[in-house]
Amino acid sequence: MALTEKVLMKGNEALAEAAIRAGCRHFFGYPITPQTEVAAYMAKQMPKIGGTYLQAESEVAAINMVYGAASAGVRAMTSSSSPGISLKSEGISYMAGADLPCLIINVQRGSPGLGGIQPSQADYWQATRAPGHGDLHVLVFAPSSIQEMVDMVFDAFDLADCYRVPAMILADGMLGQMMEPVVFPERTVKQYDKGSWATNGHQNQRAHNIVNSLYLQPDELESRILERFERYEQIKQKHTRSEEYLVDDADYIVVAYGATSRIVRSAVNTARDKGIKVGMIRPMTLWPFPAEPIEKAAGHAKAFLSVEMSMGQMVDDVRLAVNGKAPVGFFGRTGGVIPTPAEVLSEIEKMAGGDK
Amino acid sequence: MLSVLLAGFGGQGVLFAGKIMAYAGLIEEKYVSWLPSYGPEMRGGTANCSVCLSDEPIGSPLVLNPDVLVAMNLPSYDKFINQVAPGGIAVIDSSLISKRSDRTDIRCFYVPAAEKADTEGLSGLSNNILLGKALQEARFASFEAVEQAVAKCVPPKKQHLLEPNIRAIKLGMSL
Repeated sequence: MALTEKVLMKGNEALAEAAIRAGCRHFFGYPITPQTEVAAYMAKQMPKIGGTYLQAESEVAAINMVYGAASAGVRAMTSSSSPGISLKSEGISYMAGADLPCLIINVQRGSPGLGGIQPSQADYWQATRAPGHGDLHVLVFAPSSIQEMVDMVFDAFDLADCYRVPAMILADGMLGQMMEPVVFPERTVKQYDKGSWATNGHQNQRAHNIVNSLYLQPDELESRILERFERYEQIKQKHTRSEEYLVDDADYIVVAYGATSRIVRSAVNTARDKGIKVGMIRPMTLWPFPAEPIEKAAGHAKAFLSVEMSMGQMVDDVRLAVNGKAPVGFFGRTGGVIPTPAEVLSEIEKMAGGDK
Repeated sequence: MLSVLLAGFGGQGVLFAGKIMAYAGLIEEKYVSWLPSYGPEMRGGTANCSVCLSDEPIGSPLVLNPDVLVAMNLPSYDKFINQVAPGGIAVIDSSLISKRSDRTDIRCFYVPAAEKADTEGLSGLSNNILLGKALQEARFASFEAVEQAVAKCVPPKKQHLLEPNIRAIKLGMSL
């Protein structure tokens, strides 16, 4: 495949191809719908380029293999869907605690429990609040197109390496399964010096590096966490991302991310045609959450609406950002049901209450 | 924007025909999306895929009210014929679906695709016969773009299938 050729590709396959192009040579996974094509693509391609594809015996094993590979300083990743991410959560916490970079992909499906296999966004709380136990964050990207999935894979690996944190791409079954035209960017793979911490071979040329998340002295553990939170603060300052669509003159703002934002965009366009001054703010990173553009819009908007494929999770962050300056409503479908543009339009009309 | 829904049994090639449509759109530099059903219905029941071709960025890739319906089996016909947008078209494999729609606000084309595929030595290509008819009636892309799209969709190891795929489309256009 030529680098700049526009090709039609499934989201899952595009994620995998992008990871390979971003220098990832170590993939550890376990099959689960609707993300299996990520693993299938890796299984096919990794042996051809001298990489490792390994189907582990479980999700728990897969994330701990990522821990091992990342400890050695290589770019490593795993992918799964909602129930599988829950199983990985212990390993994610350990990696955060050991300051290890990696990429975790969650192609969300309906849940809780085994749930279903259709698209969902009900893992927002898990991704942004408690991807594992403890005081920690993972960097969470929320793509809304196949092109963005590709671009964010590069960014996720780079930022994970730069700040030594796990990064996650929070997609959903729709984005994973759909095909769209995509161009793979000619990006050079950034090299980060991992010599000061990676436990790779050094032929006794330096002191041993130790990767660990166990610190029995509270003072020492606290200082480690404080240092990590300084890095989190830098990520917040420099890498919070969002898109604003028709926000400047908007009286009403819909907040939506991922696949849902595509549906909302259609509804916003129709509402504009009907004379309703509505816009959309689309978080592209969920942690850190783009509170600032929402807070700013609260200066002129009369009401906000969070639209999600869940019972209402991101709406909490929207409320925190709006901070009481305007009412914040919610509309969602869950369990694998995808909201229709007509449903969202009707919610926008309700929010506007005949106001044009 | 033109929205298309292709539906049939798993194995009839609705996903493949949809991919050809989407690729034809890509070749003509349109925004395109292709979304398959991936539920348990794939395994023995009905499979379908949504295709959008547009001059503007595509919002929801999920097609609920298609401008063009390609129906390859009775359950799909029953499920989707009343969902076709007014003014839209339905291309129906009449060798497998004996029903006739009484809708007057859409144009229905009954093509004996499965039968033709057998008699014309195009076994398994009724999907592209119907695609050809849809191309003829909906003009979603130029024939040249579709021809190039087929070349993109037929895997390198199966190049011998290129010619019959295109022949099936041409046959569909003539029916």
